Amino acid sequence: MVLIDTDMSDSLVIALSKGRILKETLPLLKSAGIEPLEDLESSRKLIFPTTQQNVQLIVIRATDVPVYVQYGGADIGVTGKDVLMEHGAEGLFELLDLHIARCRLMTAGVKGVAPKSGRIRVATKFVNLAKQFYSSKGVQADIIKLYGAMELAPLLSLADEIVDIVDTGNTLKANGLEPREMIAQVSSRLIVNRSSMKMKHQMISPIVEQIEQAVQKSITA
Amino acid sequence: MSKSDRWLLPDGVEELLPPQAWSAESLRRKLLDLYRLWGYELISPPLIEYLESLLTGTGNDLDLQTFKVTDQLTGRLMGVRADITPQAARIDAHCWKKKGVSRLCYADSVLHTTPENQMTGRSPIQVGCELFGSRSLASDIEIIRLMIETIAMTGSEQLHLDLSHVGLFKGLIADIDISADNEKLLTDAVRRKSLPDVSALLAEMQIDASAAERLKSLPGLIGGIEILDTAQDLFADANEAATSAIAELKEICQHIAAMYPNLSISIDLADLRGYHYHTGLVFTGYVKGCGRVLAKGGRYDAIGQVFGRARAATGFSCDLKSLVEIANVEEIPRAIYAPAASDAELIKTVASLRITERVIQGFEDDKVTPAELGCDRVLVKTDSGWVVEAI
Repeated sequence: MVLIDTDMSDSLVIALSKGRILKETLPLLKSAGIEPLEDLESSRKLIFPTTQQNVQLIVIRATDVPVYVQYGGADIGVTGKDVLMEHGAEGLFELLDLHIARCRLMTAGVKGVAPKSGRIRVATKFVNLAKQFYSSKGVQADIIKLYGAMELAPLLSLADEIVDIVDTGNTLKANGLEPREMIAQVSSRLIVNRSSMKMKHQMISPIVEQIEQAVQKSITA
Repeated sequence: MSKSDRWLLPDGVEELLPPQAWSAESLRRKLLDLYRLWGYELISPPLIEYLESLLTGTGNDLDLQTFKVTDQLTGRLMGVRADITPQAARIDAHCWKKKGVSRLCYADSVLHTTPENQMTGRSPIQVGCELFGSRSLASDIEIIRLMIETIAMTGSEQLHLDLSHVGLFKGLIADIDISADNEKLLTDAVRRKSLPDVSALLAEMQIDASAAERLKSLPGLIGGIEILDTAQDLFADANEAATSAIAELKEICQHIAAMYPNLSISIDLADLRGYHYHTGLVFTGYVKGCGRVLAKGGRYDAIGQVFGRARAATGFSCDLKSLVEIANVEEIPRAIYAPAASDAELIKTVASLRITERVIQGFEDDKVTPAELGCDRVLVKTDSGWVVEAI
């Protein structure tokens, strides 16, 4: 069964990240003349046609976006810099900083407890990133991979610190944790599959340019 | 390991089964015949050799890609080749030394510790050509043409060629003071076309404004051949290495475009694939509608140095298994069914038929029908001897 039909060489698939990033991405896509024909959030579909006949949208988890784009399942994608840093960018172009869904990637620990010296345990979903960060600081860290609710780990002595995305810092505060060190500023990026960029640049370049202009406008506004 | 998973192959390690195995072999023969017609000598280097000669001047990536074993005779480390190109360079430098140009081709298995990407396995069959001893653009063009002909051999029609030249980036950073670590970071950011990261790095390194502007324009230089005119204007006052890289690329593009009017060509001046290994032109071959790289190549003039004989070198290679996947399926000719009797007349007839035909002999205890064996005709005994009849 062919789900995404038409001749692959003249159609585009854009992979969007579910949730907050999605809400902030849609206005940017709109400025490039691409709007979904139905409401993305209420539909159970996974592939959506748009106002441009040869452009289709897929809405998936942020961590899956680079995978789809890397292997050419999607030509273009929008995902967080945190996901890209964790996943690696082989096979991808990271064309634009969209300046949306901004947050910080930070370490955090129990408030008032001095950072542990020597070998530490760190709970995170950013396994590669955490390993790199602690090794660059000369700290040997054992990483524990978790999929959510990192804040629990230090409270239940599963880990000494966590590495996670911090937006307002309220979740940390509510659980008696404090942010410690900043690893990186995070915002969403527009990524493009390498082969698509080379073979479909006539289609992709105008979209990228229009989105770039919209981003510039929203920053200066 | 339980009985139920004992038969599983390691991740990314594949085997070719019928009918793909014949398709692959037939494509391999056609390709080697093509290279022979262009004057290429066939080499078949060993699957395993000492690590020092396998990992010549090719950087860290190849080291990580290579499976290693200890030689029980000498205690030295040996590697299972992950790339045949360094072996070809060793052969050109020592084992089959030529004064003039030498042209080598190969088609053999290689092993990778990690797949190059998830779409290719860890046991590709590398097919390629290497040309040593010429720095001329004509030799680059010859290699590009062979790469195009190689992909065309699969029967694909909409071919796409992407070209770049690492000399441009090398030229642009030649005049600025940059540490090896920073060069690596910058190369990576330019390759990802991440303008935010490139800008941040340049600001951090305090590169002077005009050099920084030039480097920042690189990621955007992707498009058709016309991009080279834009690049010529942009880098008009850059050093000779940079400007000659663009001029070379332009000349090669014009020749290739004239020779293959139906080929679509793109230029990506930020493509720094194999940056530490390549010294000039780099190129990649695709088929439209299939996102993966089918063949790649470029110039690597420095490789022979470690063997004491630096020679100009250019070449390309591809994975035969990837090519077979996109190739038009070959019709295997139907066969003739004959009984396996000890009739002298039958044996003679079968032998003479086999000069041009597939003849399958059925055994008494084999319960399949001739049609199930892939036969469309049968050999039957008549009054006038053994005759081929339609089923």
